[in-house]
Amino acid sequence: MDFLTLMDYLIRGLSLGSIYAIIALGYTMVYGIAKMLNFAHGDVIMVGAYACFFTMSGMSPMFEAGSVSAMVVPALAGVVLSMVVCTVLGVVIEGLAYKPLRQAPSLAVLITAIGVSYFLQNAALLLWSSSPKYFTPIVGSGQLRVGPLSISYVTLVAIVACVIIMVCLTMFTGKTKMGKAMRAVSEDKGAAQLMGINVNRTISMTFAIGSALAAIAGVLLCSAYPTLTPTTGSMPGIKAFTAAVFGGIGSIPGALLGGLLLGIIEIFASAYISTQLSTAVVFGVLIVVLLVKPAGLLGKTVREKV
Amino acid sequence: MKKFLAFTMAAALTLSLAACGGGSGSGSSATSGSDASSSGTSTASGAAFKLGGTGPLTGSASIYGLAAQRGAQIAVDEINAQGGDIQFELKYEDDVNDPEKAVNAYNALKSWGMQISLGSVTTQPGIATSSYNFADSIFALTPSASSPDVISGKDNVYQMCFSDPNQGTASAKYISEQKLGEKVFIIWKSDDNYSTGIKDKFVAEAETLGLNVVGNATFTTDSATDFTVQLNQAKQAGADLLFLPIYYDAASLILTQANAMGYAPKFFGVDGMDGILTVDGFDTSLAEGVMLLTPFNADAQDEATQNFVKAYQDKYGETPIQFAADAYDCVYAYKQALETAGCTPDMSASELNEKLKATFPTITFNGLTGDGAGITWDATGAVSKSPKGMVIQNGAYVGMD
Repeated sequence: MDFLTLMDYLIRGLSLGSIYAIIALGYTMVYGIAKMLNFAHGDVIMVGAYACFFTMSGMSPMFEAGSVSAMVVPALAGVVLSMVVCTVLGVVIEGLAYKPLRQAPSLAVLITAIGVSYFLQNAALLLWSSSPKYFTPIVGSGQLRVGPLSISYVTLVAIVACVIIMVCLTMFTGKTKMGKAMRAVSEDKGAAQLMGINVNRTISMTFAIGSALAAIAGVLLCSAYPTLTPTTGSMPGIKAFTAAVFGGIGSIPGALLGGLLLGIIEIFASAYISTQLSTAVVFGVLIVVLLVKPAGLLGKTVREKV
Repeated sequence: MKKFLAFTMAAALTLSLAACGGGSGSGSSATSGSDASSSGTSTASGAAFKLGGTGPLTGSASIYGLAAQRGAQIAVDEINAQGGDIQFELKYEDDVNDPEKAVNAYNALKSWGMQISLGSVTTQPGIATSSYNFADSIFALTPSASSPDVISGKDNVYQMCFSDPNQGTASAKYISEQKLGEKVFIIWKSDDNYSTGIKDKFVAEAETLGLNVVGNATFTTDSATDFTVQLNQAKQAGADLLFLPIYYDAASLILTQANAMGYAPKFFGVDGMDGILTVDGFDTSLAEGVMLLTPFNADAQDEATQNFVKAYQDKYGETPIQFAADAYDCVYAYKQALETAGCTPDMSASELNEKLKATFPTITFNGLTGDGAGITWDATGAVSKSPKGMVIQNGAYVGMD
């Protein structure tokens, strides 16, 4: 294998990994603060992608084909609307399904999350049927060519979005009042309440942010891999959860690192070992990492969990 | 500890009872649902053969189940409207593409009084229900459950579709006869029986024909997003034809990514590729030139196909896929076989079973699927018909020969 192919696979890995990373950020955010695994995250992603799909396909006939506004306006509206839809959905799910279980054992919450995940999938099947929809990438399907290598615009946008989101989240939890409240809740709910922090509102806020991130993830996921079905979110969701654990769950930079590494390992494993074994290799690496560092790559070194 | 055990046992018992209750409850509601939907259309004048089938009418595989149900319904309506001696009463039960639910659905049909069966639409439920068909001596002709396991060892279970391995053999023959490619690369799905079966037979047949298979690569449900590695391997192997024995959802991603890479070999699919043009929002120019072997072509110009497509579009507002045509053919094949054997609706299921077992291997049936030479069956229940080679041109299927 020559160097160029290696670089090409590296770019593919980054492209896949940046999608995992963006989903993992949402997982880790909710886990870090509410201390619960929101297994419905992957399905919120799917809903976000559908919201964007319908907005874009509904709006694009309104503009002249090929004009600049036809490229920009529906895509922008799609992203914004899907963020709104997902935020509302996330808060509603939290209010209806998780809030009543605030004092319940974490296993009950986990099972409820799995239930919500299946509920969303089946509701989507009922509403939009199982036949796949083909998603139009929000930034066009073009490629940036650097010499013999090419990198798609979607990948660039995904990587930039990841970094921006990571920085914003870190600043938000570190500097703002709400962010400090979140960290307090994550450390000790009872003590936070005694200090006058509204725990319920803080956790709802976490879900709102997590779900808005899910919407962005959904749009980018489907821009990169354009077949959209009601189960689109579930497998990337589970891989991203793995990525979050890999990087150290609860750690925001860890989610980014874990996601990127997972994507790169997956592509390299299928390229240089075997396409049949790629998933096995990914999870094998995960097991080794967790044996050596049980808290994940950045789980310990970053003392300050969000 | 003892107390805990007792509690667990009690809980398990309650759960299993609840599960039973839930199962029969949903079964009966599905029954009343399909009763309501079919009562207006398929009740025949006087006596009719009770024809039953199971298929995924809800859930992620529902496009296949609904297509089969609708195709069969159109055939039944046409036959009943003609008012001949053979009349049908059709009933489909939902199996959600789950073997256990399929057995429940089969039992519901049996207590309804099913005399002849359309088996199951999909493979896994088909394997489960066909053994009941055999044990109960109820004849079955499945439209689309394509695994050889559905019919093997059961002399009263027949298939309207090609079995999976036959598609592999037929594809290899077709590619070699038409000289479509010098170097063939296969991308297949390793956690899917359908894909694996076709690929294995394709490779075996390619070897005997001297077709050069330069390599193959796989993916699974978990990794069905990024195909650049597989495509790169194909490119480096110098493949000029990619054989894709997979379903169209993954194929649409492969076409997109190959296009982005600037890699343009010929693409050759099997019946799972059917449906790629119906994907909402898919840029059909990407599928331009894609070839596939399929027994049914909704754009075919013959009168029977056009009438069927029109009836289907009028009634259900969409273009029928191959599963609908297979089910439509099943009902007409039954009509022909029942006429040939001189069967009447007052016969019991096991009497019909004996007659149909003797008749099916002898008839030649002309339907929507298969070409002018007709469709025949051997005594094992496997079908023999010629697949049609199709190529996608200007966003529509066009016959290749």
